[in-house]
Amino acid sequence: MEFLTAIFNWVQTLLGLPTTSLADALPWWDILWALIYFVGALILLVINVIMLIWIERRAAGFFQERVGPNRVGPFGLLQTINDTVKLLGKEWIMPASADRLVYLIAPLLIVTVSVTMYGLLPYGPGLTPVSLNVGILFFLAVSSTNTISVLMAGWGSNNKYSLLGGMRTVAQIISYEIPMALSIIGIVMITGSLDLGKIATAQSHVWNVFIQPVAFVIFVISALAELTKSPFDMTEAEQEFVAGYHTEYSGIRFTLFFMGEYANLFSMSALGVVLFFGGSNGPFLPPWVWFIGKTYVFILFMLWVRWTFLRIRVDKMMKFNWKILIPISLANLLLTGVGIKIWQAATGAIRW
Amino acid sequence: MGDFITEADGLETQEFILNLGPQHPSTHGVYRARLVMDGEIVVSAENKIGYLHRGMEKIAEGITYAQFTPYTTRFDYVSGAMQPWAWCIALEKLGNTAVPERAEYLRVIVGEFQRIASHLVMLGSMVLDFGAITPWTYVFNAREEVLDLLEAVTGSRLLINYFVNGGVNADLPEGWIPKAEKALDSVLKRLDDFDRMVSGNEIFVGRTKGIAIVTGPEAIEYGITGASLRASGLKFDLRKDSPYSVYDRFDFEVQTLPTGDNFDRYMLRLLEIRECAKLLRQAMKTIPAGDIRAKVAKVWRPAAAEAYAAIEAARGIMGYQVVSDGSTKPYRVHMRSPSFCNIGIIPAKAPGLTLQDFISFIASLDFVLGDIDR
Repeated sequence: MEFLTAIFNWVQTLLGLPTTSLADALPWWDILWALIYFVGALILLVINVIMLIWIERRAAGFFQERVGPNRVGPFGLLQTINDTVKLLGKEWIMPASADRLVYLIAPLLIVTVSVTMYGLLPYGPGLTPVSLNVGILFFLAVSSTNTISVLMAGWGSNNKYSLLGGMRTVAQIISYEIPMALSIIGIVMITGSLDLGKIATAQSHVWNVFIQPVAFVIFVISALAELTKSPFDMTEAEQEFVAGYHTEYSGIRFTLFFMGEYANLFSMSALGVVLFFGGSNGPFLPPWVWFIGKTYVFILFMLWVRWTFLRIRVDKMMKFNWKILIPISLANLLLTGVGIKIWQAATGAIRW
Repeated sequence: MGDFITEADGLETQEFILNLGPQHPSTHGVYRARLVMDGEIVVSAENKIGYLHRGMEKIAEGITYAQFTPYTTRFDYVSGAMQPWAWCIALEKLGNTAVPERAEYLRVIVGEFQRIASHLVMLGSMVLDFGAITPWTYVFNAREEVLDLLEAVTGSRLLINYFVNGGVNADLPEGWIPKAEKALDSVLKRLDDFDRMVSGNEIFVGRTKGIAIVTGPEAIEYGITGASLRASGLKFDLRKDSPYSVYDRFDFEVQTLPTGDNFDRYMLRLLEIRECAKLLRQAMKTIPAGDIRAKVAKVWRPAAAEAYAAIEAARGIMGYQVVSDGSTKPYRVHMRSPSFCNIGIIPAKAPGLTLQDFISFIASLDFVLGDIDR
């Protein structure tokens, strides 16, 4: 791989860095693997988004006594590609009074965050792109930065509807992170690890959803709120805010928001599968098939909820979070702790 | 709305103006409200109308009576077939025309089917304003069946120009009544599906019960008519209280609900659709044979006089005052349209609502912009 090293040296001279630093610090295969991971995550992201949009539209059609897209390609599979090409060809309209820098960075940021989260997921044994021992913590931290890009979009557009949508999102996502984190802590306590891969393999006998059913319900509700899906779709409530924070975005910039939204849907569902449904564990089929299959079932469940419920009112949403979800999740946490101690005492792991 | 912090220590909040509409997804046309907002709370609201003004009253003075009949369907375009009814009754009063009995029955049948279709649109668009897209498709599929029936009789689906001075345009096609009975069953079944999906939903009930309560005296004060009035507990329906056409021959109940909140205004439409179905079955069973149109001169010159006629349209009382000077054209026409009178309550009830409740409130009043601006 002489030529790869040469390329990096060339880039470094271009950037004015000393030619020896990067190539010496990192062997070329590390850089190559990083590149492969990155491109793989990107391809996975794009294919996933295209599939998800198609699934959502067909599922919505099924729920609503209609057909859904079925003209372009077999079963309308190519409809999304068609629409993407259309969106790419659209004019970029920017409001004259927009805050330029903030307005332009927001859509890029939202996709960056989504790509980052794809790298953390354990798709199977030996198929984790970046295995961190604080995986969950990192996942939650990164996913919460979505708030920033949404707020940037809402503020930068200089539109009242966008701003209101952006503000709602901040309130909503920040609030619902707390019950989500609390529901995950129970699992971390049981497994004794923050590593996503270890949590998945620890469930080879029994899935966490049976050990922690309350935490699972809280997780699903908070995940819906985090993803701003119905009944918590406050941010882009078109009946109130036209399109919420992305009202003023068009063309490729709008596409990026759209992509980010669906990419987050996948990564959040994948997290749910890792935490509660045993990740890639399963008989007969290869692990990654189990992982993707479980994730898609989880996503279909979310879509089912989305197309059935109506939107909750914004003050009731906050009340529901602070007065119901958080107390329940705290109680669940306490019960889990006591339960673990009793289990340890019963199995003789500790002595009183 | 004590759950919102409006002014914390040292933190000052600022009110801002939000122009809701005329291009907004949930203002049901080109209605515009100028809202003064404190965060999510509406401080005051002001109706801004006139974006669909077409000068219909002036147009009427320039054309003959018969030529103006199709124009009347353009007011409340969601219940187009019912709209010329009051106009035709006014003309029949002016010309002392006796309408054949079969024509009256046909008017009742088409009118009530149109009322069902119109209420279905209201239900669907109201839940759509709550973000529920699936129930909306349920009721619109039901409406589609009703529109198919209306199309078979009248030839059009939206702006149905079927009622004419002295009767109706066309008779029922062969085998229409059994088909209509069947369609009615299926519409009610779809409505039950919708009812099960929405009416008991915790989120929906929580967002509509006790929101924007309009009491009976208030409703009278603001001149609210139609289903929104009956939802405030007042039993007033022109079909019963001053029967026109052949409504006095049918056995049906005027539905009322006590509270006058968003939920009652929604629920009343559901109840009325079921009552309409009852009425329709009676009308379709007892329809007599005979003429469908009285003889009216091609060049029609009523005597110089004035006439007023009002009907219970899908959204309330639709009235026409027609002044004739003895020529072929009306001297003056004036309408009393239900939507225009019903939205008068919005500025009074809006303060204190959240933006989301404001949207559901205006949806529950069920106005049509063509009816407001004329």
